[in-house]
Amino acid sequence: MMNLALEIPYWGQSLLRVLGGIGAVLLPAGTIVYLFLFKMMSFMQSRLGPMEAGPFGSMQLLAEVGKWLQKEDIIPENADAKIYKIAPIIVLVSTFLLVVVVPFGPDAVFTNFSAGVFYALAIGSVSVIGILVAGWSSANKYSLLGGLRAAGQLIAYELPMVLAVVGVVIQAGSMNLQDIVVAQNSGSIFGWDGVGFPFVLTQFVGFLIFMIAVQAELTQVPFDMPIAESELVSGYMTEYSGFRFLIFFIGEFATAGVFAFIASVLFLGGWGIPFSWFGWESLDAVDNWMNIVGPIIMLTKMLVLTGIIMWVRFSYPRFREDQLQRFAWKVLIPLSLANIAVTAILKVAI
Amino acid sequence: MTMLSERQQLSYIAAQAADARLNVELETEGMTLNIGPQHPATHGTLRIIARLDGEQVIWAEPSAGYMHRGYEKLTEVRTFPQVTALINRIDWLGSFANEVPFILAAEQLMEIEAPPRAQHIRTILFELSRIANVSLFLGDLGVQMGAVTPVFMAFRDREYVLNLIEGATGGRFHPNFDRIGGLKDDLPKGWLDETRQVMKKLRNFCDEIEDLLFGNEIFQSRTRGIGVIPADVARQYGLSGANLRASGVDWDLRRDQKLPLAYDKVDFRVWTHPDGDSWARCWIRLQEVREATKIVDQLIETLPPGPVMTKVPRIIKVPEGEAWVSTENPLGEMGYYVVSKGGLGPFRVKIRSASFNNISITPWVLKGVYVPDIITILASLYFILGDIDR
Repeated sequence: MMNLALEIPYWGQSLLRVLGGIGAVLLPAGTIVYLFLFKMMSFMQSRLGPMEAGPFGSMQLLAEVGKWLQKEDIIPENADAKIYKIAPIIVLVSTFLLVVVVPFGPDAVFTNFSAGVFYALAIGSVSVIGILVAGWSSANKYSLLGGLRAAGQLIAYELPMVLAVVGVVIQAGSMNLQDIVVAQNSGSIFGWDGVGFPFVLTQFVGFLIFMIAVQAELTQVPFDMPIAESELVSGYMTEYSGFRFLIFFIGEFATAGVFAFIASVLFLGGWGIPFSWFGWESLDAVDNWMNIVGPIIMLTKMLVLTGIIMWVRFSYPRFREDQLQRFAWKVLIPLSLANIAVTAILKVAI
Repeated sequence: MTMLSERQQLSYIAAQAADARLNVELETEGMTLNIGPQHPATHGTLRIIARLDGEQVIWAEPSAGYMHRGYEKLTEVRTFPQVTALINRIDWLGSFANEVPFILAAEQLMEIEAPPRAQHIRTILFELSRIANVSLFLGDLGVQMGAVTPVFMAFRDREYVLNLIEGATGGRFHPNFDRIGGLKDDLPKGWLDETRQVMKKLRNFCDEIEDLLFGNEIFQSRTRGIGVIPADVARQYGLSGANLRASGVDWDLRRDQKLPLAYDKVDFRVWTHPDGDSWARCWIRLQEVREATKIVDQLIETLPPGPVMTKVPRIIKVPEGEAWVSTENPLGEMGYYVVSKGGLGPFRVKIRSASFNNISITPWVLKGVYVPDIITILASLYFILGDIDR
């Protein structure tokens, strides 16, 4: 089997990666916003949602972007202007850095390095810095409270997320995301390899914890204390307007998409289809057309997962800050530690 | 106790001094947070000045008066029939209920009484405006705690009630339908059947809200044991309505006083709750919507025939005297103290509105709570800004 990477010159590969990265961040963001934020939310609330811009309001997002770009970029007089300007960019950049390790196909990877899981979890918490400085530099009490809440919350939920992933790493025996995908798709359940071996079957506790932590990491209801529009107006985003608000907005949903990508790689088998269907022995044997089909499979899984995230968001009230911390430290972390212990024992025993 | 050497004693003193200095350096300064006048949670222009230590409130005070209305003064330059158009803007979600006590006070002064059919229809519309008001509260409760969906359900089902009010009176929000001596018109054809159906829908809505919101663990953890008001404190601060009943005080003006309304002809339960927390206040209101639908159903069945207006002079002059009438409005006790000097309009009207007294407890109840709980407590106390700044 020819390796696709050998056929394309280096500059072509780089261009593909840049375009692919932009696509992999912005496409999920747009899809999530239209499909879930505009339409699913509306149907849940017995209304139609946007209907005017484009067929069934599908161009509404472009109209909104146009509106935001026209707005004045207001910087409060007492704000720390430089940091205030940089903050939303930090948030969005951390999303772009996060997507770098996600594999979309046998060769459709941005980079393929062995500590991928470690990198993703480390970079995932960079957005905290953006949010914290946004809250601090706005010179607004609501923003400050929102920023501090965000910092406390994101750090608290980073830990169960990392611990939930450890179970997967133990089972796959690798921290490379590509290897984790291969391990799931070339595996078998008691000798039957019809569906491979998605880790969600054994790591469902880890999956649950991971999704809860993602919900908190994205500051979606019921963990949206940092934004809490009914008490903190808009939390750390209160003072932002125009395209800086737009960047926060895109960052929020793009991060949702990217975390859903990572969750599908870790637990649902990623881009792969069970290798036994086509008799592939290893990663190198996988056909080239998987580079096209893989991203589509990933997108589907991402939409299912973000659908669940958004579904919860639209139907639950929010926690209080202390309840939220208690939930992380007293429930999620002990549970994920137990999960690791059980996984490790079974891994060694079987 | 072991003896310390001189050297040890000195180091101990030095350590203590360092500790003290450190404590001084670490002493934090409180932050004053202005919640409002323009704030999403105050649904209007209420300002709450809160002094915070971290996220904990150490001192809070409501500051009303940002709406600039002055209805008490305005009534003095209106004739009696004109006043109803003003006062149904006080509690704008349950407008018809505002008109009733004033009209009753005027009727008391004129020593006339509306015919039985008018009394019945008044009571039906009174309860409908209670439903319109409180069902929105039930939806809004979710929004205050971050759940966006219930409010749309509330708006959907409140629409049916508003349609009923519009069908009967011609106005959705401000009916201006009550007249001294009766009502402006009789009910339109087919209205009673429609009302029966709508009451069924609203009972379904109550079940839905109970399922979606009240049964939610997060909602319960946000409201149970939060903002507890004991019965004696509630009495001292002059709370009324559901806020008082949630503290375990069995007090309902619909049942407890004799007015020319049809409440003595129906069978309904006054709910109380022993806890006095936010949960109790929300739960009492949910039950109140259910009771109101039952009251309306019963009144429709026993609607007497006859005229809806007694004989009143074409130009209404109210004889000299003073009257105080208060009713159990959606938000609590609402009363009018009307003083007439025998002219076309009232000489002085003192309006006792429920929300003004209900929010007066905020400095007491907000002390020591967290910032997110300010919002849930305010939401559960349920005020309408028009009812505070009337």
